[in-house]
Amino acid sequence: MAASVSIENISFGYGGALVLNDVSLAIEPGEYFCFLGPSGSGKTTLLRLVAGFGTPSQGRILIGGKDVTHLPPWERNLGMVFQSYALWPHMTVAKNVAFGLERRKLSRAEINSKVKAALERVGLAHLADRRPAQLSGGQQQRVALARTLVIEPAVLLLDEPLSNLDAKLRTEMRVELKRLQRDLGITTIYVTHDQEEANAAAGRIAVLDGGKIQQIGSPVDMYDHPANRFVAAFLGTANLIEGKIESDRFLADGIVLYAVKAPPGPACVSIRPQHIAVQASGIGLPGVVEEREFLGETTRYRIKAGSHRLIVDEPHRRDIEPREVGALVGLSVDTKQVSILRG
Amino acid sequence: MADTATVPAAPRAPLAFRLGASPAQIAALALVALFLIAFLVVPIVRVIQIAFTGVDGRFSLVNFGDFFQTSLSRESFWNSVYVSAMTVVVASIIAVPLATIISRFRFRGAALIHTLGVIPLVMPPFVGAVAMQLIYGRNGSINLLLHEFFGFRIPFMEGLNGVIFVEAVHYFPFILLNLSAALSNIDSAMEESAQNLGASGFSLFRKIVFPLALPGYVAGAALVFVKVFDDLATPLLLSVTNMLAPQAYLRITSVGVSDPQGYVISVIMIVCALTTIGLSQLALRGRDFSTQQRGGGGLARRKLGKGGTWLATAFVILTLLIVLSPHIGILLLSFGTVWSFAVLPDGYTLDHYTTIAREAGPYITNTLLYCGIAGFIDVVLASIIAYVVLRTRLKGRHLVEQMAMAAIAIPGLVLGIGLLRTYYDVHLPTGESLATFWGMLVIAYAVRRLPYALVSAKAALRQLHVHLEEAAESLGAGKFTTLTKIVVPLMTGGLLAGFVTSFATAAVELSATLILVTRPPDAPISYGIYIYMQAAAGRGPGAALGVIAVLVVAVATFLSYRLAERERDLKSREGVF
Repeated sequence: MAASVSIENISFGYGGALVLNDVSLAIEPGEYFCFLGPSGSGKTTLLRLVAGFGTPSQGRILIGGKDVTHLPPWERNLGMVFQSYALWPHMTVAKNVAFGLERRKLSRAEINSKVKAALERVGLAHLADRRPAQLSGGQQQRVALARTLVIEPAVLLLDEPLSNLDAKLRTEMRVELKRLQRDLGITTIYVTHDQEEANAAAGRIAVLDGGKIQQIGSPVDMYDHPANRFVAAFLGTANLIEGKIESDRFLADGIVLYAVKAPPGPACVSIRPQHIAVQASGIGLPGVVEEREFLGETTRYRIKAGSHRLIVDEPHRRDIEPREVGALVGLSVDTKQVSILRG
Repeated sequence: MADTATVPAAPRAPLAFRLGASPAQIAALALVALFLIAFLVVPIVRVIQIAFTGVDGRFSLVNFGDFFQTSLSRESFWNSVYVSAMTVVVASIIAVPLATIISRFRFRGAALIHTLGVIPLVMPPFVGAVAMQLIYGRNGSINLLLHEFFGFRIPFMEGLNGVIFVEAVHYFPFILLNLSAALSNIDSAMEESAQNLGASGFSLFRKIVFPLALPGYVAGAALVFVKVFDDLATPLLLSVTNMLAPQAYLRITSVGVSDPQGYVISVIMIVCALTTIGLSQLALRGRDFSTQQRGGGGLARRKLGKGGTWLATAFVILTLLIVLSPHIGILLLSFGTVWSFAVLPDGYTLDHYTTIAREAGPYITNTLLYCGIAGFIDVVLASIIAYVVLRTRLKGRHLVEQMAMAAIAIPGLVLGIGLLRTYYDVHLPTGESLATFWGMLVIAYAVRRLPYALVSAKAALRQLHVHLEEAAESLGAGKFTTLTKIVVPLMTGGLLAGFVTSFATAAVELSATLILVTRPPDAPISYGIYIYMQAAAGRGPGAALGVIAVLVVAVATFLSYRLAERERDLKSREGVF
């Protein structure tokens, strides 16, 4: 029953401003897919268009191969979990969960057994007669999930589902959501601005910014091979250095990287902080320590090399002597880990 | 052209999307707009048009020239301005100290003052007017006692004084409520930071407290001014006719519907109401601080000294007595046998109530019927407008909302005149004129109360997160099911409160009523009280009917208060979101 989702050349705007600009992507049946981006990137708008809240000004949306672009939300059979949970305060938990089944004209007996099963699945069967206002945030979240899953939707849509929970619950729910998704094998789209959430849960991620898709790929793939400056900087920490490539060397002010395989011309490289090693002065690129932060697992330095200020992470060990601010050091970069960015 | 053949034509967006609303929503809003145009816009435009039309049927200022050349008209105009302004002054004398006491000092009777603020509002001023005459008039209880013991009288109720006194006692709560709300919105941290920077005493008051409280005071004062300016029944019952509203009423009812002077006065009344509201908003532009800071517990309440406590207590008790005097008076009058040239009635009886039970049944059932229907119409219209304004992008939705809200600036008397003039020559199949058909009264009530119902409906809908509706839609509920299963149940509290407010205020409205009621069997309770009160012999039964009206309004007000409380409870329990 898992359905594919195909978004083809979608554009959407509010009064002149383009919120989504020619977005296309394809989600496989049963995939756990994530829309990731900063606020204002268009990720929630894209999810709402899939759900049927709004009609794109251009392009079409196919679910299970069927064009649903102009279908109202109630005819799409999708399950959406809202950021605010959107539980109806005037109905009990059981009534909330039964709502979608009642709309589908199931028999009372069938509804009752399905509601019971759905609440058991999220571990809340004992709270069926409570009102939403009497539940904790985490419990409300589970009820919202049960209410959505009970209708056996073709696709599960989650809009920042964990943002209203505290840090501990958030990690718990993240694991539980992933388990549920795996057990049910349901196609799931998850919207978040938190890269850690996205990395932990999703099989594939679409990174959005300014209403455009920046890159689509697996979390590891995009971290190791960012397509452009935005993705490099948004997923983790990156040193972005502008320069040029000449006969297999990357040259920038005060920085030279050897054995860089790329066509000559202007270029930008991305180097992760843990891929630069700090050594004694005289080895590798010369630099001066400007700041030092002890973070526990690592020590983070800000080191000036030429006109560039590089972030360098050194794994912490008892036998490493920390470098003082002002000290002259040598830097060596693992060229195999460097990404050359085009956009 | 081969190109276009290969590209499949994009399906056209549905009509509903391009218009920003569904056909049902568009139809509903169109009906509301039609209702407002027919029963608010057209009648008012008609009034204005007639005021500016000369005998030759062309645009002319001649009617206004006539108005200002007549000394009675000029006198009436200045009297109306004087009475409204003096009422604001007298009401301020009552309200400002009370507001100061409750918000600035620790005072045990604070709850009493809050109650004081609501008591007058449950009784319309004209009901109390006759009772006030009996208590404060030349030969009323107070002056009889003063004359007997001290040999002098105070002309509380002479001419315009009477109107000012009655209106001030009735309307001071508007200033009290607005001012104390503004004062309690002032964060004590603002006062403390001023003290920290060296301000204290009078300079603290002048620089911090006064400017921050001013918006609340001005809002209340403007409301009082407009209400008094529009009031028709109070001057009429006190036999004061040289004011604008009574003049308009007398011209229309005695000279006739075609007399232009009634329309000229109507235009002047609208202009005055708009000017007052406009000026108060102009004076407050950029000064509404009330919503900027939240969570302050109001000003720090100081302990009152011994003398201060004594003074405050004395003031509160005196005010309480004056504020309650129309209620006490009307109660005495309803149970009294004869009350004339005496401090208290000569004896007590239940006769007036039996008279009422025998004669006044239709008044009561009419009021329940008319105001019930009017309240229902208001709730329906207000819900439609609120929904379309807050939930769709339909063009023209704000225009309809503004039309509905405009009713707030239209005096009841003027609306009555406009409806009468517009629909006088339209006849029902029975041959009765549409203007004098009882349904027109219901419409007048509904139009006048719509702004209040709209405010309630919008507040109720705003509380309802749009996600609650979208969740229902994504689970398979169409627009209609979502409306009936989710939106309406969750708005019920707010809508009921709106209904009760409309009902209670319509039950005691008398300006449009006096114009539109032609036959006593069709008349509501407010008209009944007025008719009874006009004859000396009818005062007892009139008072009894007044007591019943006050009870009806008091119960309704209490109910709406409880509903509002319940809503607040529900909302606070949803604080988990």
